[in-house]
Amino acid sequence: MALNRDFVGRTYPPSAPYEVSRVKIKEFAAAIGDNNPLYRDREAAQAAGYPDVIAPPTFPIVFSLQSGGEALVDPDLGLNLAMVVHGEQRFEYVRPVHAGDELVMTSTITDIRTAGRNELLTVRSEVRTVQGEPVCVTYNTIVERGGAG
Amino acid sequence: MTATVRYDEVEVGQELPAAEYNVRRVNLVMYAGASGDFNQIHWNERFAKMVGLPDVIAHGMFTMAQAGRFVTDWAGDPGAVVDFGVRFSSMVVVPDDDRGATISVSGVVEEKLEDKRVVVGLTARAGDAKVLSKARAVVQLS
Repeated sequence: MALNRDFVGRTYPPSAPYEVSRVKIKEFAAAIGDNNPLYRDREAAQAAGYPDVIAPPTFPIVFSLQSGGEALVDPDLGLNLAMVVHGEQRFEYVRPVHAGDELVMTSTITDIRTAGRNELLTVRSEVRTVQGEPVCVTYNTIVERGGAG
Repeated sequence: MTATVRYDEVEVGQELPAAEYNVRRVNLVMYAGASGDFNQIHWNERFAKMVGLPDVIAHGMFTMAQAGRFVTDWAGDPGAVVDFGVRFSSMVVVPDDDRGATISVSGVVEEKLEDKRVVVGLTARAGDAKVLSKARAVVQLS
């Protein structure tokens, strides 16, 4: 079933703050097999000029759909989650995420389009600290396989 | 935050040494837990096949993370990456054995920008399949 184009342009309320912890960064780094000390060792991170351990570049995926994610399960959108795969992902960084950050996401559905037999939906999420400092912007495009067929 | 690579020492067309990253089922289980993405196509072979996939496939974000690691290892500082985007063009199928799959990542300096930034074009393959396309990172060099 084609996705409901009425959802394009919808902006969702800011998420509850996500508190970035050293333990979570370490767990994420271990899961991707990356032993970089800046992800684990606070002294190494501080020696490199950071306030605390930093997170790998793809870490914001952990929380970037916290606002707007409810759109994906809204029956009015018409998305079959069982057929969803990730299509594209992009991050624009102002600075790395680090332990101690409290981050708030604001997400907007920016595009829904058909590509062959698939439906593609793009969500843009602005990530800021609770103090309002911009940290990064994420662009997440998911593919509903066969959705246009 | 300082990259160990100097802008003046890289040239357009310069290739970054290729690297290989292994992915087994256990890595996908760990990634599911760490990322919160518990989509069954990444750990349940029965479900993956039921929805028309050849087998369990790696999270796209796992593959992107390997490409990210390739860039941050080169740059010397993860904070030097200022923009990073990919398209997931093919699936990384992860068999249920002790070898799993191998993701091969290579890169080339495609462009030198102002302010000591460079564009690194990335290629990631698993077997014969190109699993990332339009993959590029903008890196702030020193």
